[in-house]
Amino acid sequence: MSAGKPVLEINNLHAGIDDTPILRGIDLEIPAGEIHAIMGRNGSGKTTTANIIMGHPDFEVSKGSVELNGKDLLEMEPWERARAGVFLSFQYPQAVPGLQVGNFLRKSVAAIRGEEAAKGSDFRKQLKQAMKELDIDRSFLGRYVNDGFSGGEKKRFEILQLMLLRPKLAILDETDSGLDIDGIRTVAKGINTAVRGSESGALIITHYSRILEHVQPDKVHVLIKGRIVKTGGPELALELEERGYDWLDEGHTDESLGEAETAA
Amino acid sequence: MAAKEARDAVGEYKAGWHDPENATIRFDFGLSEQVVRDISAIKNEPEWMTEIRVKAYHHFENRPMPTWGNMSMLKNIDFDKICYFLRSGEGTEDDWDDVPEDIRNTFDKLGIPEAEQKWLSGVTAQYESEAVYHSIREDLEQQGVIFLDMDSGLREYPEIVKKWFCSVVPYQDNKFSALNTAVWSGGSFIYVPKGVHVEMPVQAYFRINAKNMGQFERTLIIADEGSSIHYVEGCTAPTYSTDSLHSAVVELIALPGSHIRYSTVQNWSTNVYNLVTKRGIAHKNAKIEWVDGNIGSRLTMKYPAVILKGEGSHAEVISVAYSGKGQHQDAGAKIHHLASNTTSKILSKSISKDGGRGSYRGLVSVSPKAENCKLNVVCDALILDENSRSDTYPTMEVANPTARCEHEASVSKVSDEQLFYLMSRGHAEEEALAMIVNGFFEPFTRELPMEYAVELNKLMALEMEGSIG
Repeated sequence: MSAGKPVLEINNLHAGIDDTPILRGIDLEIPAGEIHAIMGRNGSGKTTTANIIMGHPDFEVSKGSVELNGKDLLEMEPWERARAGVFLSFQYPQAVPGLQVGNFLRKSVAAIRGEEAAKGSDFRKQLKQAMKELDIDRSFLGRYVNDGFSGGEKKRFEILQLMLLRPKLAILDETDSGLDIDGIRTVAKGINTAVRGSESGALIITHYSRILEHVQPDKVHVLIKGRIVKTGGPELALELEERGYDWLDEGHTDESLGEAETAA
Repeated sequence: MAAKEARDAVGEYKAGWHDPENATIRFDFGLSEQVVRDISAIKNEPEWMTEIRVKAYHHFENRPMPTWGNMSMLKNIDFDKICYFLRSGEGTEDDWDDVPEDIRNTFDKLGIPEAEQKWLSGVTAQYESEAVYHSIREDLEQQGVIFLDMDSGLREYPEIVKKWFCSVVPYQDNKFSALNTAVWSGGSFIYVPKGVHVEMPVQAYFRINAKNMGQFERTLIIADEGSSIHYVEGCTAPTYSTDSLHSAVVELIALPGSHIRYSTVQNWSTNVYNLVTKRGIAHKNAKIEWVDGNIGSRLTMKYPAVILKGEGSHAEVISVAYSGKGQHQDAGAKIHHLASNTTSKILSKSISKDGGRGSYRGLVSVSPKAENCKLNVVCDALILDENSRSDTYPTMEVANPTARCEHEASVSKVSDEQLFYLMSRGHAEEEALAMIVNGFFEPFTRELPMEYAVELNKLMALEMEGSIG
């Protein structure tokens, strides 16, 4: 029914924090079944983009639109966005001491996919399967959410949630940072399982091309100073790995860079 | 004022009945020696009990108010506006069907009969001053376990009561233990014989249901050598427009090798002054645990205590306190290590919100003769907004150098990032806050029977409603 409508459609998004502009006109479209990557240096606005799609209250949108399958996300509270199908894998997942992982997963599945989905043997089977794929031990369920987790455990737990919550749009904010190569492979497997061959889409935010070797992105976007300055295929990630970002920052390429100067 | 008017009221019991509350006997406001004697007379108590009551009354009269805690709140208690005795129905009933209907309805709302099926080994439901319903499972009776309301306990086992009554908490202990000793009514009396293990928690529900009604229940639990029992007490109360006083005394005696666990969740309405003295004595190798939750009341001052009298005995006090608008929870623990190789653990968690105030007040002492004692104190506070307050008053008096002491304290706030993380998983802001709060209380809740844990989580979720601006 939502055929034709992309999973995510961002038009001319301008946003900032406390009157400081961070995003200065983002356009982005992710069709169903596609995985896109956003790459860029620190401070280019990658995490801000993720936070704005999820609805972080600190950011102010001054212009533009963000739609999920044609629905206006900007009007919604963060939990409404989650229930509508947005998922964010956090760069720094928060610890909640005393809240047990198993209990939290069940409650979150109930909140997002409905009470029925969180009940009975089906849920337990899905949980078991996902944990197996991510190489997570059963005892994990009795621990407290992100409390005393290693960096790798936190990332795996984010992907476990992704697999169980089955979002329409999965945003992965530097999920690869701090992971060793085995961790990256495991996490990539989780992302592929969750998105490939489905009606969902994913947006991977990363510094490095490593994870993109395991999750073949359909498109790679380069974000510089709050704008997407270049879009290409997976080969662009490798090029960035070799050449860095300076060649894109100098205004050598892309015609769209022209307008960026005025804001500075 | 009180003395004469109260005497007059007592002089004409029938005229004194206050029908709106369906009380069979209700004294007028205020306290005097005569009121104390009349309470004892109505109950047909032995003379020694009357004498203790009277002595306690005089001690109460002469004892000044505490000069610590929340003095400005304590000042508001008007002892002349409290009714010191009220009895409803026809005394203690063994058959639920004989309990008056309106009282039954109240307990139905609290879910007691269902709870009984699942959890209770025996039930004493305290409605106003005296137990109106009492049942005990047959197998417990067969094991020789005595579980009665305190009045029946005194009637049926006067020699046991006489031996232990006031042995752990003397009436001279503090102003409120004196008051309780003078006017006590109801409470539980439990005796567990040697070597008997009561497998299921034994529970009692308490409730204030009359305006200006003081509740002065008295509980005495004796665990004989090598026995064990878990006693659970839960309180809920409707809201009233005038202030109410709850001042209980609980005495625990854990004889050698025995184990007593006493769990409470109190949810008094926020006009109740909850001033309770709870103390246990642990003999050789015995273990006493207080699991103490304070959610309601205007002011609670309660410091469950354990005297580690016998070598190798162990004490634990796990407590949580929630202070919302206008509330002050002044709670903590007291442990005295009198013997060698004794160990103790205190875990205190408090949450304050909407200008509420939570205080941890603790005292742990080690006597000079007590060798190789271990003590561990952890207090954590969670503050939900800028207007709320948390204080810690920890005291350690260690007079023996071989003691090993650990103390940790932390104060934390709920961060926006934590809330955002939970909201991004589909949980509305209030639910997210409740998850954080319930998580904070989890080390306490997991010690409770499941039913209580669920109830407490629901309560906290309710408290978080409407808290997001």
